Amino acid sequence: MKTTVTYVGNWLKNLFIIAGLTSLMTGVAVASESHGADHGHGAHGEEAAHGHASAEESEDVDITEVIGHHISDGHDWHIIDINDHPVSVPLPVILYSSEKGLDVFLSSKFQHNDDGKVVVETKAGNRYVKVHEEIYFASEKANAHGAFVEMDEHHHPVNAKPYDVSLTKDVAEMLLGVSLMLVIFISVANGAKKREGKAPRGIQSFFEPLILFVRDEIAIPNIGKKHHERFMPFLLTVFFFIWINNLLGLLPGAPNLTGNIAVTLTLAVFTLVITVVNGNKNYWLHIFATPGVPWWLLPIMVPIEIIGIFTKPFSLMVRLFANITAGHIVILCVIGLIFMFKSAYVGVASVPFGVFMNALELLVAFLQAFVFTLLSAIYFGSAVEEGHH
Amino acid sequence: MTAGVFAALGAGLVAIGAALGIGKIGSSAMEGIARQPEAGGKIQTAMIIAAALIEGVSLFAVLVTLLAVQAG
Repeated sequence: MKTTVTYVGNWLKNLFIIAGLTSLMTGVAVASESHGADHGHGAHGEEAAHGHASAEESEDVDITEVIGHHISDGHDWHIIDINDHPVSVPLPVILYSSEKGLDVFLSSKFQHNDDGKVVVETKAGNRYVKVHEEIYFASEKANAHGAFVEMDEHHHPVNAKPYDVSLTKDVAEMLLGVSLMLVIFISVANGAKKREGKAPRGIQSFFEPLILFVRDEIAIPNIGKKHHERFMPFLLTVFFFIWINNLLGLLPGAPNLTGNIAVTLTLAVFTLVITVVNGNKNYWLHIFATPGVPWWLLPIMVPIEIIGIFTKPFSLMVRLFANITAGHIVILCVIGLIFMFKSAYVGVASVPFGVFMNALELLVAFLQAFVFTLLSAIYFGSAVEEGHH
Repeated sequence: MTAGVFAALGAGLVAIGAALGIGKIGSSAMEGIARQPEAGGKIQTAMIIAAALIEGVSLFAVLVTLLAVQAG
């Protein structure tokens, strides 16, 4: 008993050290990003970003903009600003339009400009500008604000847009997460093959219990012993993909991948397609002629059941997206309070709370992966359930 | 501006509803576990599923309020 308590105590201690370090680094990242948001408004951003309260000198830091910039996708992977110099990883921009053809260049060619003031001209003579992370064809002449786009009365550009299939920071993060998963699981699989029937070793001993957890706690109770095996590849992949990318997203400077609704949509569509494809006679019978329901109720029941096919994956999509995005926003808000009040003393309250939120997010990262996999397993279970009437 | 105020009110209502729902699940689950500690694991899983479903509905509402702010 005592050893268990020490074990849990050590684990909690490590958790808090990790959460504390991440939180401090998030603070640094917010400071640099708010710096970046200030960039171009004036030269006084430095005081604001470093928390020196000098009301008449420093300008307001727009925390909403910083948060919006952090949680949305972008064409380059902005990490930190050092002395007004943005440090970022340039990523390939891939544009296609039927008239102008295919263009590929690095996002660093926009020189971190996001107001359409920097025009990128390709060898073929195509000209592009970037406004709020959207790429447009550049106008011939600059407008009154120096931007090469035409604006309507709501300040939305009206220029034509090419198809943008760029490798954005979310895609880069996803490729990173996927390569990490490949490295981990190939070594785990090789270890399991080599030591079949023996005790696991190394990284294998960390992941084997998790794999068994997905099988014994998620798949078998909800799908049943007979059918669970063919859903295991998807359940394991989706569980570890969401979990690992949630954790990667908590690192400072990392993009918010699982808080991107396009990513969660794709995952949810996989669940939808697998459920519908595997649906047996019973599953469709329950939708189009629910047993035990009087015939005059069917005109109401059938549309509801058909909508139900789609609302289930829709809620999967929204749940993951909203939980992760909300977590990121709360942490950034808490740290951002320091810069809103322009006082380092606010940090006395907001840094410990930020550490607490980060520790909570570590739990949420696991819980959301678990819930997504669990609900997917329940839907698969309902699709392959044998009749018991 | 008004859209923002109403969206904030809506978000507050959502929080009340979701808190009531999840609180009810939590209290019942604890009662259940106290009465029958050996069923704790099963009750916990069922509790998480039910909480996730309620959370899903409340997140729909949050999404609607977000869209209301953007539209308004």
